[in-house]
Amino acid sequence: MAERSFKAEVEHLRLGEGQTFTGEGILAITKALLESGVGYVGGYQGAPISHLMDVLADAEDLLGELGIRYEANANEAAAAAMLAASVHYPIRGAVTFKGPVGVNVASDALANLSSSGVTGGAMVIVGEDYGEGASIMQERTHPFAMKAQMWLLDPRPNLPSIVKMVSDGFDLSEASNTPVMLMVRIRSCHVTGSFQTRDNRRPTLTVAEAVANPRSDFSRVVLPPMSFAHEQDKVKNRWPAAERFILSRGLNEHFGPKDAPLGIVVQGGMYNGLIRALQRLGLADIHGQTDIPIYVLNVTYPLISSEFLSFCEGKENVLVVEEGQPEFIETQLGSYLYRAGSSVKLHGKGLFPMAGEYTGGVMLDAVEGFIRQAAPGMLPAAIRAPNQDRVQIPDLSKTVPIRPPGFCTGCPERPIFAAMKLVEKELGKHQIAADIGCHLFAALPPFEIGGATMGYGLGPAANGAFDGGGKKRPVAIIGDGGFWHNGLSSSFTNMAFNKSDGVAIIVDNYYSAATGGQDIMSSRASNPSKATKNPISKALKGIGIDWVRQIDRTYDVAKMRDTIREALTTDVKGPKVIVASSECMLNKQRREKPLQAAAIKEGRRIEAPRFGVDEDICTGDHACIRLSGCPSLSVKRLDDPLRDDPVASIDQSCVGCGNCGEVADAAVLCPSFYRADVVHNPTATESRWAAFRARVISWLQSRRAAKSLTFEGIA
Amino acid sequence: MTIHNPPQIIKLAILAVGGQGGGVLTSWIEDLARANGYYAQATSVAGVAQRTGATVYYIEMAPATGFPPVFSLAPGAGDVDIMITAEMMEAGRSILRGFVTPDRTTLITSTHRALAVSEKMTPGDGIASSEEVMTAAEIAARRFIAADFDALAIKNGSVISAALFGALAGSGALPFPREAFEAAIKAGGKGVEGSLRAFGAAFDAAGQSAPMVEKPVKRLKVSGPARLLAEWQALTARVAALPEPVAELALPGLRKVVDFQDLKYGAEYLDRLGKVLAQDRAPFALSREAAKYIANAMAYDDIIRVADLKTRAQRFARIQKEMRLKETQVLQLTEFFHPRAEEIIGLMPAGLGARMDVPKWHDRLNRWFNKGRRLRTDSLPAFLVLHTLGGAKSWRRRTLRHQQEQAHLEAWLATALAQPYDLAVELIKCRRLIKGYSDTHARGHSKFDRVVAASLKIATRDDAADWCRRLREAALKDEEGKALAGAIQTIESFA
Repeated sequence: MAERSFKAEVEHLRLGEGQTFTGEGILAITKALLESGVGYVGGYQGAPISHLMDVLADAEDLLGELGIRYEANANEAAAAAMLAASVHYPIRGAVTFKGPVGVNVASDALANLSSSGVTGGAMVIVGEDYGEGASIMQERTHPFAMKAQMWLLDPRPNLPSIVKMVSDGFDLSEASNTPVMLMVRIRSCHVTGSFQTRDNRRPTLTVAEAVANPRSDFSRVVLPPMSFAHEQDKVKNRWPAAERFILSRGLNEHFGPKDAPLGIVVQGGMYNGLIRALQRLGLADIHGQTDIPIYVLNVTYPLISSEFLSFCEGKENVLVVEEGQPEFIETQLGSYLYRAGSSVKLHGKGLFPMAGEYTGGVMLDAVEGFIRQAAPGMLPAAIRAPNQDRVQIPDLSKTVPIRPPGFCTGCPERPIFAAMKLVEKELGKHQIAADIGCHLFAALPPFEIGGATMGYGLGPAANGAFDGGGKKRPVAIIGDGGFWHNGLSSSFTNMAFNKSDGVAIIVDNYYSAATGGQDIMSSRASNPSKATKNPISKALKGIGIDWVRQIDRTYDVAKMRDTIREALTTDVKGPKVIVASSECMLNKQRREKPLQAAAIKEGRRIEAPRFGVDEDICTGDHACIRLSGCPSLSVKRLDDPLRDDPVASIDQSCVGCGNCGEVADAAVLCPSFYRADVVHNPTATESRWAAFRARVISWLQSRRAAKSLTFEGIA
Repeated sequence: MTIHNPPQIIKLAILAVGGQGGGVLTSWIEDLARANGYYAQATSVAGVAQRTGATVYYIEMAPATGFPPVFSLAPGAGDVDIMITAEMMEAGRSILRGFVTPDRTTLITSTHRALAVSEKMTPGDGIASSEEVMTAAEIAARRFIAADFDALAIKNGSVISAALFGALAGSGALPFPREAFEAAIKAGGKGVEGSLRAFGAAFDAAGQSAPMVEKPVKRLKVSGPARLLAEWQALTARVAALPEPVAELALPGLRKVVDFQDLKYGAEYLDRLGKVLAQDRAPFALSREAAKYIANAMAYDDIIRVADLKTRAQRFARIQKEMRLKETQVLQLTEFFHPRAEEIIGLMPAGLGARMDVPKWHDRLNRWFNKGRRLRTDSLPAFLVLHTLGGAKSWRRRTLRHQQEQAHLEAWLATALAQPYDLAVELIKCRRLIKGYSDTHARGHSKFDRVVAASLKIATRDDAADWCRRLREAALKDEEGKALAGAIQTIESFA
């Protein structure tokens, strides 16, 4: 079950000609796919396009009605490979995955897809994950478009522009027999707005019809000598065809006057940020009307020399706004100018920082710097010569704590890492490699477990060098998502085949949790269109790993600890794998909360657990927090002059997972934790018994109180 | 000079932490703007907030004129009209990131704290200073509206997003009437009643814009048989005769030790304090600290104390209140105990306990008792066990643990009092390091011993007291005592 349900929004995807859609970017993209007559869609989830996959999953009925095939691909490579359907068949297809990491995984398929070329339009929608809130932003998608020779679309970040680019992108792909990439940045995936809809289109040829009438053409197979021919075809035919199409359709845009001594070239996705800077400098109105010529690259690859050079005509200074590094666009445009013998001065990096997000402040400074150099007379007097001192605001950088994302309240992964910390206290520090997924939060305080992550499904593989063993065994951690994405082959067969002596812990939370709780092979939910309920341990047995320990309740910290200790100390040769399974608490709560509320309402007996701390027993050492880090387990200052340090405290958000009690027990911390189970709708006998017990207890208490002093409040 | 924007676009940013409903608040504001003839655009980075991180939601709006404006997708430093922060340190973060500027920004914040992991995990007190953020906010914001909107929301049976929406309406920073805001809540259709209540309360609070600090004044109430009350009065009379700064802590100290053991123990506490006072002079810093830490040392954490606290009527009442138990419901209470040989031997009479304090008996007792015990204190058998243990106060004075604690206390006091005045004060304060149970307790003891030993090495230096304070603070920084080890190394270099 995905993090967010789009069942209600999916109805908007049925809007027809001339109606208005209002909503989020990802839904607009999905609608545009349907309007473009796609025959198949697929992809792999991951921020920022996770929700696009969730929308597609929730729209399966509608897709079915239109004869569109939907696949939740095993990984990005599988998704890219699926585009093979557009090689021989005139069927439009689209897959989606997150930016650089997705194209990295998919690059084999992308290279071959591009070499073969496509008959039907093929589009990869890439969620570019850069800037604030990004998780994987160490590279750009841009060079993948360059190396595989796919056209890269980077539309202005408003719904009408994005929707139009989906449609134009398919046309471009078909006109140039080349797959295209549509890049949407992290915030434009979730930007809201409106656009005029068109009718959804059934594909002219469905995949079902195509597979009934198979086609092949060996000239499209990537084998020498045909691949040599593809290479020539790419530059001699497909590239010029693409340029012609881009020019004739006017995919890149011009704003502002034609003649001016300066101009700005901007990636489509950065356009709004640029206009904001110009607005702040008094050089543009709220609609983006400006006195500075702007050339918007809605297609950032290929860059069209003729169009760019004609933009530069008569200008002395041109600024390139290109986020990220290296500066591929700026370098290419510079070489166009040089070859044309132009005297235009090109600005870009230098005014802009080489690396990092182009935030509002960065953009403002760089654009202002450019205009100061190129046309200082355009700046309003107040900006040209500021004469007022800024107010000094106290520096809070030492005060405000960082707040990175971490494990959720009640997360079943927390006890696994608490157990690992306990083992670490006994056996010392171990070499630990991590993977991609929620479990990577363990690298942060309070756990600080794991020192490397090489990629999705590559956790155990990243320990390959250490797998020969030594005085201590290496430990690898991988999630169930990573296991099925790529881990089974790249990590576990690798371990088995090389007779690894290492330990691997598979964190099985029943979903691809970090990407939003999508179902995977080992999910325990029934999914009408996917094969779930395939245990990981069965797959491990299948590849010959025999030392497998299945733990079905990770919250049993003592058992977790003992199992990890056993894996690290046993004499058994070969890989040692622990499958630690408990359901992702976010998903569990989403699933169970409504059911529980309904059951209570119906009068059924329900026990609702929550934890608490006896504040007068807690001594304020916070050892429990260092072994937990649960958001609901916090500290508070007591109104007691004798106490120096704040004591532990559990708030309303506690879901009663039991981790803190288990940790307090396994680590022998302190007796201040308690669990309170509130029994809703108790049985009559139960209530009578409880009342009787309460009377006895209360009698004992008052008997003691009568013989001693009782204090209330604080002196 | 500050840069002026075209006035037509209103820029509003929200900084929220996980689970605060930042998304809901954003969509209310967006709907509000659209319903009132504005173009509006919202953006967010999904998924971060849910996993307890801090994230920005951003909304821009401008009057609809038939031609849509170009909106930005992210807030820019120095370019935000309204900044809403759903937590105090997030207000600090918004200032730090330059989103709050004196020329234009209305800052609306909730003053409550959701502590970051780094603040919680320090063995001492790692909580960041809200006062610093308040001071900065007064300077940085054009208008500053601060109240505990979280408490306000909870009080009205709702969540903070509704209260912040009310504060936004109450601030008058958006050109829409109150009814329009309420209409947006009603259109949302979920938990409308509670949301409207919280909205209304926050609307009023924002209008007043005075920080709402309600601190309940707690008074000490004592009850019990008349004879004991009279004895208690006699002891409090002794406290009243102490110099004021000492009495201020001696009264809670007395309460603590009497509550821990009995009135006789309370008298012993005052005797000990009296000895310290005899060597003291105004302003009585030494006795004041002694009043606090002797009480803490005398009321050590043993099984008897834990069992007593766990079985008191006040505790049951408190938990029932916290869990909001209704008449028709039943409460089950589970305690997590893990007795070890040390605790059991500690309960033995001193002589026997000392003889048993050998590895052979430790192993044996650990084999018999050392495992996690879940006790249901709402059931009679478990309650009786704990109730009986908790009542064993007359036994306590004979136990090995008591003897050890007394010896440690006397040695600590004697060592401290033999030092120069300032160092003596600091050494008394070092008692703060001893806390926790089992390993934590042992670690605390070891840190205490190291700090005291290192301080004594340089006792004759003028800055010995200052070093002692630094060592103690270092010891509270991290669990393993890395900071402490570093500080001790420095001392050894010149000792």
